[in-house]
Amino acid sequence: MNLKPETLQRIDEVIPHYPERRSATLPLLHLIQEDVGYIPPEAIEWVATKLGLEPINVYEVVTFYPMFRQKPIGRRHVKVCRTLSCALRGGFQTCETFEKEFATKRGEVSPDGEVTIEFVECLASCGTAPVVLIDDDLHENVDCARAKQLSEQIKAEAAARR
Amino acid sequence: MSAPAQRRIIFQHIDEPGYTNDLACYVRHGGYETLKKAVTMPPAAIIDEVKKSGLRGRGGAGFGCGLKWTLVDRKSGKPIYLIVNADESEPGTFKDRYIIHQDPHQLIEGIMITCWANNVRQAYIYIRGEFPHGARILERAIAEARAAHFTGPNILGTDYGCEIFVHRGAGAYICGEETGLIESLEGKRPYPRIKPPYFPAVLGLYQCPTIVNNVETLCHVKYITEVGSDAFAKIGMPNNTGTRILCVSGQVQRPGYYEFEVGKITLGELLYEVCGGPLPGRTFKAVIPGGSSAKVLRFGESFTLKNKDGTTRTLTVEDIPMDFDTMAACGTMGGSGGVIVMDDSVSMVEALANLNAFYAHESCGQCTPCREGSLWMKKISSRMVHDHARAEDGELLKSVADQIAGRTICAFGEACSWPTQSFVAKFGDEFAAYPAAKQVPKSVGARDLV
Ligand SMILES: Cc1cc2nc3c(=O)[nH]c(=O)nc-3n(C[C@H](O)[C@H](O)[C@H](O)COP(=O)(O)O)c2cc1C
Ligand code: SF4
Ligand code: FES
Repeated sequence: MNLKPETLQRIDEVIPHYPERRSATLPLLHLIQEDVGYIPPEAIEWVATKLGLEPINVYEVVTFYPMFRQKPIGRRHVKVCRTLSCALRGGFQTCETFEKEFATKRGEVSPDGEVTIEFVECLASCGTAPVVLIDDDLHENVDCARAKQLSEQIKAEAAARR
Repeated sequence: MSAPAQRRIIFQHIDEPGYTNDLACYVRHGGYETLKKAVTMPPAAIIDEVKKSGLRGRGGAGFGCGLKWTLVDRKSGKPIYLIVNADESEPGTFKDRYIIHQDPHQLIEGIMITCWANNVRQAYIYIRGEFPHGARILERAIAEARAAHFTGPNILGTDYGCEIFVHRGAGAYICGEETGLIESLEGKRPYPRIKPPYFPAVLGLYQCPTIVNNVETLCHVKYITEVGSDAFAKIGMPNNTGTRILCVSGQVQRPGYYEFEVGKITLGELLYEVCGGPLPGRTFKAVIPGGSSAKVLRFGESFTLKNKDGTTRTLTVEDIPMDFDTMAACGTMGGSGGVIVMDDSVSMVEALANLNAFYAHESCGQCTPCREGSLWMKKISSRMVHDHARAEDGELLKSVADQIAGRTICAFGEACSWPTQSFVAKFGDEFAAYPAAKQVPKSVGARDLV
């Protein structure tokens, strides 16, 4: 495992938060996913060794929780809320707008590698529906026009980087 | 008719211009004065105050907070843990998010008072994974409070100490169920535990006595300690005391969060006056009053309830007060305070299909009736929407739901059956007519829900 020094430091800081090391499984997986972008197979072994567990104990956690992924995704992660309050306000159309803008489908990496678009369940912001979580940032009242704007922003940032 | 005014206690500073989420701002507004008062009180006196206040949990079940604390096993010799449920995942609920992001110290003060009262030396805030900023804000706030001796070892010059840690979830709704949450905090899959014997108050985190409370509940604890149980119990209605935050979403003019005295405002006042009524040209059709798991109410239905003196009264949907007890008497629940509104452009079959997809996705899979039943309900309702509806599908859905509730390890079994049971019972006509109605073009502005 090739983890950044600051990731390793944060891992060592978080383990003593718990009287039992196994409790640090989720925090460690979050830190590794933030660093690497996903949970590669060797990370499962690594976390198990670090916490004194069997790899299966870590593997069953990785496969249960929707936020952990075992494959890389696009540079930006666009999570559109699918649940009722957002759907009642046009969340499906919002999602379709993103899909069209990036010529991709939900759950796939866009051809240019820029985004992965996903439907997720209620993001606890139903009063400003439809909502979209792009990486760590919540965007509220994202109708189709706003979805287009956000897509253009992502594309502009991508162009500036190239 | 005019709706009562909001009474902002917990949300006093939410969205206030110039109010920031750092310690200095909180202290400028009188913050941590209540904790200073609390540490001069015997812990048992605080528990007693919370009991007398009548505070009921704001996480969904409405269980008496003081009673919950009384059930904690204090003789085991094991440490007692507090877990703050900040999972906020019940669809339609969005209140804890604002406390966490905008007023984290209010929560930390409530946590520390609770810990002092219950002799807790270690507390965890279990925050849903989709609140990454919220987790960072809480961590910073805890560090600030620790540096000022409001948490950590020897708080406020006493020999009492307590640490608070933030623990992030990872996108699973079932982590909101308190025993699933405990398993998750132990680093496992969040499989809820069977009760008995695993009541958190006795065998919770690491098999130690554990208190699990919702974010909003703990903010009320702070307020009760501040003003006293008598003053608190005067707010709201008997057995339904205090204020609560109502989260309104869906098809109304002004969705959002509003804080009212419990039971002092009716559903009709809330939706027509506070939230501005239906969207232009629409009428209200249905409302889910307490988070997506609460049974749906149909506009036009009415309820005959018994009064204490033996007489009866009849309430329309609009007349129902936003409380715990009347909601329950009307066959639904105040739940988490999430009010989801649907108007006449919505197909109830499609709305149910949306919710069923949620529950099928979120079942943890331990119990056969829940794992298989939630999936069947999703499959049947989405098949209906995708042009293969049959006249008997409503009955079929109901029969699946009826075989789940009451036969599972955790209350998710009820949570996933109640929408189907109530949608089919109250809109059976629509389920029966759906196969033919599908041929009719959708009304203008109707949205895809599945
Ligand atoms: C399926 C399910 C999901 C739940 N989700 C939450 C949640 O997201 N937040 C919460 O505070 N309580 C949730 N609860 C309720 C908790 O189990 C528990 O009753 C609550 O946290 C207790 O706190 P309170 O007494 O302060 O309300 C959920 C319950 C069930 C059955
Ligand atoms: S009722 Fe459903 S969610 Fe609860 S333990 Fe059983 S399978 Fe899991
Ligand atoms: S339904 Fe989308 S945020 Fe709740």
